[in-house]
Amino acid sequence: MIQNNDIQAFLDQDQKKDLLRLLTAGSVDDGKSTLIGRLLFDSKKIYEDQLSALERDSKRIGHAGEKIDYALLLDGLKAEREQGITIDVAYRYFSTSKRKFIIADTPGHEQYTRNMVTGASTANLAIILIDARKGVITQTRRHTFLVSLLGIKHIVLAVNKMDLVDYSETVFNSICEDYKNFVTRLSIPDIYFIPLSALNGDNVVDDSAYMKWYHGKNLLQYLEDVHVGSDRNFEDLRFPVQHVLRPTLNFRGFSGKVASGIIRKGDEVMVLPSRKTSKVSSVIGSDGLCDYAFPPQGVTITLEDEIDISRGDMLVRPDNQPRMERQFEAMLVWMDETKMDPFTQFFIKQTTHTTRARIDRISYRVDVNTLENSSCEALSLNEIGRVVITTNKALFFDPYHKNHSTGAFVLIDPITHNTCAAGMIIDKLNASDLPSRIFDPETKRLIDGGKSLISGEELQQRYHQQGVTLWITGLHGSGKNLLAYNLERQLFERGATVVLLDGSTVRSGLGRELDHSPADRAEQLRRVAHVCKILNDQGILVICSFISPRENIRTQIAQIIGPDKFHLIYMDAELDYCRKNKPELYEKVEQGLLQYLPGVDEPYEIPAHAPLVFKPTALNENLQHIMNYLQEKQIFPLG
Amino acid sequence: MNTLTINNLRELEAEAIHIIREVAASFEKPVMLYSIGKDSSVMVRLAEKAFYPGKVPFPLMHIDSKWKFREMVEFRDRYAAENGWDLIVEYNKEGFESGIGPYTHGSKVHTDVMKTQALLKALDKHRFDAAFGGARRDEEKSRAKERIFSFRDRFHQWDPKNQRPELWDIYNARVHKGESIRVFPLSNWTELDIWQYIRLENIPIVPLYFAKERPIVEVEGNLIMVDDERMPAAMAAKASMRRVRFRTLGCYPLTGAIDSEADTIEKIVEEMMTVTKSERTTRVIDFDQEGSMEQKKREGYF
Repeated sequence: MIQNNDIQAFLDQDQKKDLLRLLTAGSVDDGKSTLIGRLLFDSKKIYEDQLSALERDSKRIGHAGEKIDYALLLDGLKAEREQGITIDVAYRYFSTSKRKFIIADTPGHEQYTRNMVTGASTANLAIILIDARKGVITQTRRHTFLVSLLGIKHIVLAVNKMDLVDYSETVFNSICEDYKNFVTRLSIPDIYFIPLSALNGDNVVDDSAYMKWYHGKNLLQYLEDVHVGSDRNFEDLRFPVQHVLRPTLNFRGFSGKVASGIIRKGDEVMVLPSRKTSKVSSVIGSDGLCDYAFPPQGVTITLEDEIDISRGDMLVRPDNQPRMERQFEAMLVWMDETKMDPFTQFFIKQTTHTTRARIDRISYRVDVNTLENSSCEALSLNEIGRVVITTNKALFFDPYHKNHSTGAFVLIDPITHNTCAAGMIIDKLNASDLPSRIFDPETKRLIDGGKSLISGEELQQRYHQQGVTLWITGLHGSGKNLLAYNLERQLFERGATVVLLDGSTVRSGLGRELDHSPADRAEQLRRVAHVCKILNDQGILVICSFISPRENIRTQIAQIIGPDKFHLIYMDAELDYCRKNKPELYEKVEQGLLQYLPGVDEPYEIPAHAPLVFKPTALNENLQHIMNYLQEKQIFPLG
Repeated sequence: MNTLTINNLRELEAEAIHIIREVAASFEKPVMLYSIGKDSSVMVRLAEKAFYPGKVPFPLMHIDSKWKFREMVEFRDRYAAENGWDLIVEYNKEGFESGIGPYTHGSKVHTDVMKTQALLKALDKHRFDAAFGGARRDEEKSRAKERIFSFRDRFHQWDPKNQRPELWDIYNARVHKGESIRVFPLSNWTELDIWQYIRLENIPIVPLYFAKERPIVEVEGNLIMVDDERMPAAMAAKASMRRVRFRTLGCYPLTGAIDSEADTIEKIVEEMMTVTKSERTTRVIDFDQEGSMEQKKREGYF
């Protein structure tokens, strides 16, 4: 009976342990498998029969001479055993009296960046192995870079094979110095240095008798003590809806894993993308009702109001929202044997949301060995680059460094369905970087082929006008459309051939899939500019009425149309005037139902060089001014 | 508010529930493979939790090799009925009718026809596009590198050299028609975690796991229980009553018992901590040939 109580106590204690997921990086030569074998062996978790099988195998194909080859415990697959290398990610489990551990064991070979990134994606800590005889080598830098890229916050630099350098403190210190010099370029908050010998067991589980000069913790002690609890994000509530639960007509639950933050009963939450708000009426955890939940718990949430919510939507707090964009920058690790084809529409999966994505630009490729950047057309297997991505539907994300759960994504090939890349979002794109596509000179040469048989002079004679664009910019409600429509009427009555483009005509078709975010607005206007150019080239006068709030985008429009054909008209109206004139949108934005209204939550940049600037109140005067301007500039009517 | 940490068991539970829900939300026709063993029992409980208070949106399927312990079959039917599960039982009809069995054809043929082939036929028949299995990575070396979402081609084959990368908790659920995914929500659980969870959650398991006097024959070092009259008479004649229990459950002629006094979960754990034999050693099939589990997995075995 006494014994039974002991085991009860053991089980109760065991249940309370937390879980540490760690990654080991280093090559076969560094003795990585030996190190892991020893951690498992010395923490008494290798079972007797696995050991006897090991002794049998060691004699036949072992690489460790007379001693037990710990590496054989780990290299699972048959073919690999014969090659003597680990070629994939293998997971190992052990526990001590303080903690449970999951080791992701990944190979150190040049061509296997893919595996290391995979192993690192779920790890809290990385052990990077160095051979004391070799010191910090290219491979060490590569591993460290990948660890920092994946945002692992704790590194143990295990300087192995100290027995082969006479347990020298000087050697150890100089390796540590080298490493520190290198690592300042990367952001890793916590690094711990341990000299050890995996083969002999020095400083692995027991302190070394040969390195009395080392006063730090041995490896296992460190792994047991390191604090990783605060690595999780408890600040920003992000609850991606994974599954909608509808067992009866009057129960609607939203299941998912709390990606970050804390969700409490009674909390006010906002649903993205609909931006509707409600209150959490219950939180159902794995043990029934609870008051709150936090990552990585999986729960089912019910809300007070009936709101239409589906998989891929996200619950957040109204005062703490993620980015909601279709365009962003990311670091991308290419994982497919097939080289990236930038013209593919990939599937992108981020949290529980799947949509299509295309790669707009590769800013640069990073050499994982030198950390130098170079330009690049397309990434190949194991290459890493900084890219711009546009998705079909907006994603709800945070920068990866702030929130791994909402900043990570994978790309899936639409044909093979392979997971072909892993990505970490840097942030939304800066407005100044917006309009850009991978430029393919071959395509351009083919497109540039056609030339009209009608000359510009002939068109001018026919229409008695020059094909130019009158582009009206200004805040929403500043009277752009009133001016545009009346101008069109007057020009028509006087015999001009004129086309009018405004937001409503374009958004209903040409740019139907685009929304009002800065990225989409830029794309919308880029398309409009090209339409203007086509019409102008055929001698047609075009009137455009668009808020077009950014100077850099107006400049780009002018370049597409041709600066001599682009005539900017600025409607100079106070925000108050606009708000009174067309209150509806302004009210919606103020209520939080809409985003991205220039002048309110987006900047409106007043044009520096508009040839025509008007106040909205004097419509007829303004029209007269424009007619005079057209005549002066020899645009319409032509002599 | 308490500290915002959860213990290892709750973390594994959360991970498994996330995986199970992801499958339900991403596939058209998932199924949960049910072996009636302790790991399956844990998996089934996790599925019940994942959709509480709703009903689990997929069925359970048991591949009956026709040589399971009788207590397993009874347990299966009772559990499914009491817990409202939609239970599918399939077996290899041709194999059964041509009399395939471990005594007549050996463990290798029996396992291939009555388990692997039976499973593949059943998956094809129902056109399941995802199948949950209760395998754990710590059970066997080749399982240590299997993905949680493990891709199978049209022929249900696993290609260990060409697995999809699996990052974070973002699982790739895309398959073409005819292809499928095997899903292992218990990948990161150890044997001790399983027992702990059974204890914590009071999960019912087949009584064969607990020590009891049973009729046992010793065959090449394995303790085989006489479960029905199909054991060859000469063999069955050597049976004697021994206090034993089973660490894993399968076909009775292929599953060895161990001498044991452990009749409670606490005693089982205690025994596990002191008796140092890993659990699959009582499975006769793993020792057929070098690397045999990997070979079977490539062919479609779980």
